[in-house]
Order: sequence, then structure tokens, then C-alpha cells
Amino acid sequence: MKNPLVALLVGILIGVGGLYFFLPYDPLSLGSGQVDTSSPAAGDGQERASAGDTLRRVKQRGFLQCGVSQGLPGFSNPDERGNWSGIDVDFCRAIAAAIFGDGSKVRFRPLSAKDRFTALQSGEIDILSRNTTWTMSRDTQLGFDFVGVTYYDGQSFMVRKAAGITSTKDLAGGTICTETGTTTELNLADYFRSRGLSYKVLSFEKNDEAIVAYDRGRCDAYTTDASGLYAQRLKLTDPDANMVLSDIISKEPLGPAVRQGDPQWEDIARWTLNALLNAEELGVTSENVDEMLVSDNPRIRRLLGREGAYGEAVGLGPDWAVHAIRAVGNYGEMFERNVGTETPLGIKRGLNALWNEGGVQYAPPVR
Amino acid sequence: MRRRYGRHMSMGQGQKRPRAAFGWYNPRVRSVFYQSVVLVSVLGIVWFFAATAQHNLERLNISSGLGFLDTTAGFGIIQTLIPYSEQSSYGRAFLVGLLNTLVVAVIGIVLATLLGFFVGIARLSRNWLIAKLAAAYVEIMRNIPLLLHLFFWYFAVLRPLPGPENSLTPFDGVYLNNRGLILPAPVFDGSAVYFFASIVLALVGSAFLIRWSKRRQIATGQLFPAWRTAIGLAVALPALVWLVAGRPFELEFAVRDAFDYTGGMRLLPEFVALVLGLTLYTAAFIGEIVRAGIQSVSKGQREAAAALGLKDSTTLRLVVIPQALRLIIPPLTSQILNLTKNSSLAVAIAYPDLVAVFAGTVLNQTGQAIEVIALTMAVYLTLSLLTSLAMNWYNARIALKER
Repeated sequence: MKNPLVALLVGILIGVGGLYFFLPYDPLSLGSGQVDTSSPAAGDGQERASAGDTLRRVKQRGFLQCGVSQGLPGFSNPDERGNWSGIDVDFCRAIAAAIFGDGSKVRFRPLSAKDRFTALQSGEIDILSRNTTWTMSRDTQLGFDFVGVTYYDGQSFMVRKAAGITSTKDLAGGTICTETGTTTELNLADYFRSRGLSYKVLSFEKNDEAIVAYDRGRCDAYTTDASGLYAQRLKLTDPDANMVLSDIISKEPLGPAVRQGDPQWEDIARWTLNALLNAEELGVTSENVDEMLVSDNPRIRRLLGREGAYGEAVGLGPDWAVHAIRAVGNYGEMFERNVGTETPLGIKRGLNALWNEGGVQYAPPVR
Repeated sequence: MRRRYGRHMSMGQGQKRPRAAFGWYNPRVRSVFYQSVVLVSVLGIVWFFAATAQHNLERLNISSGLGFLDTTAGFGIIQTLIPYSEQSSYGRAFLVGLLNTLVVAVIGIVLATLLGFFVGIARLSRNWLIAKLAAAYVEIMRNIPLLLHLFFWYFAVLRPLPGPENSLTPFDGVYLNNRGLILPAPVFDGSAVYFFASIVLALVGSAFLIRWSKRRQIATGQLFPAWRTAIGLAVALPALVWLVAGRPFELEFAVRDAFDYTGGMRLLPEFVALVLGLTLYTAAFIGEIVRAGIQSVSKGQREAAAALGLKDSTTLRLVVIPQALRLIIPPLTSQILNLTKNSSLAVAIAYPDLVAVFAGTVLNQTGQAIEVIALTMAVYLTLSLLTSLAMNWYNARIALKER
């Protein structure tokens, strides 16, 4: 009778041993001596490489995986041939150019508002550049770091001109269409709750259906960030019969996010954005960047890698900023090309002008 | 017990019978060994996934646990069967979503089963036109993806309806517009308890009456108009209570406001479109199951019934369907489960079901993906298992009893 017991024990031992053998890491030291990839580089280049995981993987793969929206004109929108355009798309191209010297080495992954965070958490994408609002909970609880603000936005409402609504207060009791899983939903609730007004909300999974429902008169207003409203208005059967309210009910700093725990990758994303902003401030454009290489201005020389080793400090080549600017232009060019007054969206620079031109776009210096 | 190893006995080791059974050649030892290896591996793999998830959550600084369920939700839901406001907790939002899913699933299952039986029987009709119409229905409905059904019905429901300013008003207090069908809501007062008690009493009484009359018919052959009596009872008793105890409820009429109507009861276009899409789609599959079930009943049964002088409809009701049901119920269970799970597509047309509210809005506001998805999965698993249990019980009850 003892034999089955022995067999049981041997079986368990072999089972555990076999599992232990195949595990990718040592599970018994879990929690205490875990491989801490998030620890900042403390010494030589070998250790730095563990923090530079994302850059290494991107280089190995040969292209950048960039999470974008499923179609928002001016920010990330595919044309009928599948070519993407927009500010968020251009930012990813700038990073790809900074890494590979070629802005086309990027693949765009369209994500719904609902799926975007999981895609970044799981490593499906390297960077989330999808008109995403920088909030404290997203920065601290989801395991992300936001690297800056590509567009200062705010939530507003689109209404039918015929409805006679002039401010958000007139919307009390109305039905409002929006997209699920956005800060929009929460802002909406906060705004109406804090003023003691009632409202009805219809949350769609995709903004395509939300905008059709609004167009058919199912809701009295459609709400999202003001930039998005200008973009969505173009999809309506009669854009001119609708207007965007001038009231802004929230702060929506839209920016790209990366996973927490890889400071080098975070630096690359943050300083690519800063480089584009500094380029505008210094008058460097996609057209004159080659002439600017011989400029005497030390600030331009540092930005373009003629002095110092700023690119090398984040694991890139000295020409990182040159490549990025050549690929997409400076921030101002990016803005005007995608959403500016010459485009169908016709958005003025406003808050998004540089700090010395009345806006709040302010980049720390390359020094 | 040892007799099991008699094989070894014949190998001339009769005296050392117990010893011979030891070691690797003992089938019992081998089976225990293999089973323990498999068991440990399965448990180990499960533990490994859990530990990896835990490890990564800690590494990425993502908080975990179910504590978020008590936090204020802060968002509104357009259809709530229980009291809910923006100040309610995420746990409350979960319940609201769950109830919204249940109400769609239950109504959808009832309608789809009825329509499915109708279509299945119609397909076998001797009337050429009816049979072909039913066949066309099945082929069209089941070959269009459900998501497209939902979009089609949603926008088909919305398109012809006027805005709230030109509502259709067939009766006073009833308004139909693209915000939904708005009805007066009953407000119950004290005597409502007696009224509802009388309804329950009448229904229970009717059920007993019908059972009694059936037994009596089997025992003595005497007929009793049980159904007519039961219906009379179900109407008369509540009506009597209404007259004696006074009106059990008042009607609260909806009032026009700036955009729409406030108060009253409301049937949302999203709800109607979802029920319509799910019902029409699933009914096509159920129709085919019913047809297959009926065709499996041998021709001889119909002929025998005809020889006994039974009418066509009586043959169908008493001879064919009871035998067909044995084949219909198991695949019908799958369709019912499908309908329940398919209701999770609701978010596409903004109906606030469990997936839209909990796995959608709550997940995005809290970022607790593992907990939220696990809870959602647990809900669907529980619903499905309960449905299976009920259907299997019913199936066992109607199964052919060999005598």
C-alpha cells in the first residue's frame, strides 16, 4: 500500500522540478530579489542596457509600434490608401526618425479608447500617441509616464444651431452622446453634478456611432475635446448647421505616454517633443534645417548635435533632432499642417502657441 | 483487492503475490504517478500565471484588489432598474449593468424561442409561400453578422422616429420619439400589496386547477374546461380586489421639458434595437433546430396519429413536438447561452449592459483590468452555468422514459 504514496511523492517532485526548470525567472525569490528593471542606471553601460529595454527592442524589430486612434482628423487619421496623418502620427514619425534616421520606420496600431491602456501596459505598442489626456491617476496608477503635452485641449459640446443653445447651462436635462472609456464621461458627470443639473448620457464604444446618433437627433449634444469636435463636425451631413460651444468645461492636456520603468525610453520621447518645440522657438524648420547645421547660434548647434553629446546621452546618434525635424518639421509646422487655420479643421494656435507668442507651449532648453 | 494483480500470479510468482505487484509494473503505481505529474503541472501553471501577473502588477505600480468597488463612480447611466446616481459606488454600477444585461437576455430568450418555433414549424408548412418565406428568413438572418444586425436595427429604429418636439401621441401620456417610448409610470400605494397578492394567488390557483383537471382526465376521462376557468380566475380575482380595496396605483405622467420628457417610464431605442437584433438573429438558428427536431420524428408517428383521427394541429402538439423536444433542447440550450453572451455587443449601440458599464466605463476609470475582466467573466460563466443547469433539468424531465 505504500507504493502509490511513493509514486505520488515522486510524481509531485518531478512535476515541480520540471516546472521550475522551464520558468523564465526564479519564482522563489519573487517579491524580494526580483529583477528590478525599473532601477535607474547606477553604473556602467551594461546596467544601463537593462533600463534601455524598449529602445533595444525597437532597434531589433526595425520599426516603432505606435498606438493611435481609429480615425480622428488632424490627430491620427488614415486616408483611403491607409496612409496616416495628424499631429499624433507625426510625433511618432519624429521618434522613428530620431532613432532610425527614417521617419517611415513606424507602424501604427489603431486603438479604441477602451483598449489603448492595456495595449501599452502589455507591451503591444512602444508609445501611446492617441489624443490621451494626461491625468494624475493615469500617470500614477496605470504604470505610465506622460512625456509632455502635444496639444492643450479642453472638453466642449457640439449642438445644433437651431436648438438655440448658447452655453453649457442650457443643456440641463438634455441627452448627451459621448465615447465610453474617456475622461469626457467623467468630466461630463462632474460638471453637471457640481451645478445640480440633470442630464442623460449615451456612451458609445466608437465615436463613429456616437456621431451618427447625434446626426440623427438621438442626442441634443455631442461632447468630446474641442479639437475632436471640430474634426467630427466634418463628418456630419450638414456641418454648418452645427456649432461648437465656446465654453470649455475641463483641462485636457493631450500627450504621448510610455510605460513606467524605462527612463531612457521616456527621455527619448520627452526630448523628441522638446526638440520639436525648441526648433520652432529657434526658427529651425524642415526646409532650413540643413542650412542651420552651420549656424553660429550655440543653442541651435546644441539642438542639432554640432556641440555636446545630447543624442548619445539617450542612446541615439548625434543627428537625432536633425532627423526628427527633417521628417516632420518643427512643432509649429506640425500644427499648421494638420489642424491649423489652412486645414478643414481651422483651429487657431491659441493655448498651443509658444510661450513667447501668447501660448503655454514651453520646452526646457537643450543644454 | 490484491486479486486485481492476478496477472502476475500466472507468471509463477504466486507466493510473492504482493511483492510482484510493486514497482513500475504495477498499473496502480503508474497511474498515480502520471496523475500526480499532471495535477502538479496544471496547478503549477495556474500558479505561474497568477504569480507572473502579480509580479508585473507590482513592477508597473498598478494597484490591485477589489477595494475600488466602494469608490464613488461619478458617471451617469441612462437606464437603471435600481436607484442609481453619480454618487453611487462602482459596485452599484456593476449591479445596474448586470440587471440591464439580464433584462435583455431574458426578454430576448423568450421572444427568440417563440419566434424560432414559429419559423421552424412554418418552414415545414405545406403552404409553399409560408415555407419559402420562412426559409428566406432563416437564410438572410443567420448569415448577417450580429453586429451589423444591431447597427441596422438601431439606425432603422431611429430613422423614422420624430424628434421630441414632434412626438407621436397615440394616447394621452404616451409619447413616441427618437428618445424612446415614454409611458406613464405606475406609482403604487398601500393597497397594492393586496392587488399583487391576488394576482399571485390567482396564478397559483390556476396552475393547481389545470393539474387537477389533467389528472382527472387521465384517471376518469372526464373533461373539465380548466383553461377557461383558469383565465376567468386570473382576471376575476384581481378585478374583485381592485373593486374592493380601491385603485392600487396612480399613474404618473411624463412632463415635457426643454429637450425631452421627464418622469414616466421609458423604453429606450437602444434597448429595442438590441432586443430586436438578438431575437431576429437567434430565432433563425432556433428555427433550424426546431425543423431538424421535427423532421427527426419518424413519419410513422404522424401516420399513426392520422389513423387515430387526430387533427393536424393536435398531432403536432401531442405527438410530434413532445418527441422532437428531446432533440431540440440540447442545441436550443447552446442558442440561449449564445444570446446571453451576444448581448455583450450592446456597447456598440450605447445600451448600458454589464460590458458597457463595468468592463467599459468602470474599467477605464479605475484601470483595474484584471479584477474587472475577471468579475465580468465570472458573471457570464455563472449565468451560463445556471442556464445549462435549468435546461438540463428540463431535458431530463422530458427525456424518453423507457418502460
